[in-house]
Amino acid sequence: MAESPFKADIEKVQKEYGEKMTPGAIVYIPGSSVVNKTGGWRVFMPKFDKDKCIRCFMCYTLCPEPAIYLDEESYPVFDYEYCKGCGICANECPTKAIEMVRETK
Amino acid sequence: MAIRKPPITTREYWAPGHAACAGCGPAIVMKLATKAFSEAMEEKYGDPNAFAIAHATGCMEVVSAVFPYTAWKAPWIHVAFENAAAAASGVEAAWKKLGRKGKILAIGGDGGTADIGLQALSGMLERRHNVVYLMYDNEAYMNTGIQRSSSTPYGAWTTTSPPGKYSIGEDKPKKWVALIAAAHQAPYVATASIGDPYDFYRKMKKAASVDGPAFVQVLAPCVPGWRIPSEKTVEIARLAIESGLWPLFEIENGDFYNIKFQRFPKDGKFKKPIEDYLKIQGRFKHLFKRPEAIQELKNQIKEVWRILGKEVELL
Repeated sequence: MAESPFKADIEKVQKEYGEKMTPGAIVYIPGSSVVNKTGGWRVFMPKFDKDKCIRCFMCYTLCPEPAIYLDEESYPVFDYEYCKGCGICANECPTKAIEMVRETK
Repeated sequence: MAIRKPPITTREYWAPGHAACAGCGPAIVMKLATKAFSEAMEEKYGDPNAFAIAHATGCMEVVSAVFPYTAWKAPWIHVAFENAAAAASGVEAAWKKLGRKGKILAIGGDGGTADIGLQALSGMLERRHNVVYLMYDNEAYMNTGIQRSSSTPYGAWTTTSPPGKYSIGEDKPKKWVALIAAAHQAPYVATASIGDPYDFYRKMKKAASVDGPAFVQVLAPCVPGWRIPSEKTVEIARLAIESGLWPLFEIENGDFYNIKFQRFPKDGKFKKPIEDYLKIQGRFKHLFKRPEAIQELKNQIKEVWRILGKEVELL
């Protein structure tokens, strides 16, 4: 799995906030919610079959997180650190290239 | 094989890690709306970041801004339930005075728009502020625990409209805020649904690129509030369009005689029965013991279509 694109953001948030309260409760760092790894909520995880993918971008458009990115060839990449396993991508995929399987830890 | 480009921009203004439920419909709305907005700003002003967001209290405000974190990557201000439109008007006036180019996006849920924030919205539309008001309609106060709002459809279960021996659930018709906004002769008013994400994206882009106020009402199913499985969120929104329960239309300058419809069947006959839409949702489960309530819901929707100038047949 590719390294999380948010690694630098997470380090910045942890360094700047720590346990401190910000003056006026202003939140300075945009997108700082990336420190919350919501992947732990998941029960079913999406399994992606690249051969069946026709790159229609439905999963990329409809992921509510968003935990689906596109690689250089425009194939979807799943970020399992944030995917909550809702299954919208598998349900909307026209070629059934995404399958929800029970995750075992 | 050539690399295909996605039909929406790859810039993100909605970061992962927010606390929305799995399969949240409004979260999809937030993601697509900000993307569409940035694309429109890039085309109009050459700067994709030339926008700010004023957000009324509601589900999406609570889940996206858990202190000290935020899921937003755009300037964002949280205001009270009733004054998202008023705060957005103020920001717009300040930007105008400072000579800053750009547009303001005001976001509210159906409670914050149809019930509590209606007069602020009306004022914003009447004063012709350069603001887009986005109403994500999940058809009840979901954040505080599923209480009815004036946007809750007929027959729906909520905690304050429980069905029982003497009650069929919500007993009043849905309030269509898009029609109220259109009556202000606003330059652009539209309804959309996440069941057709690219149509919503196009409407959001158009709303952002007109001069003056615009209003977009978008249907966004709620997983716990509608009692639906998390993977069916988009499917249900699509069924609402296909069964005729959610009209997709655009009204420009309050011109009710030239309404543009999207995904409207040519003969006015919808192909999917509305029972398909109702039966997946736990909040309409009790209606199947009372066919007369389903008939009443159909009559109400037919009446909405008649106001819009179309005679329809519902299955």
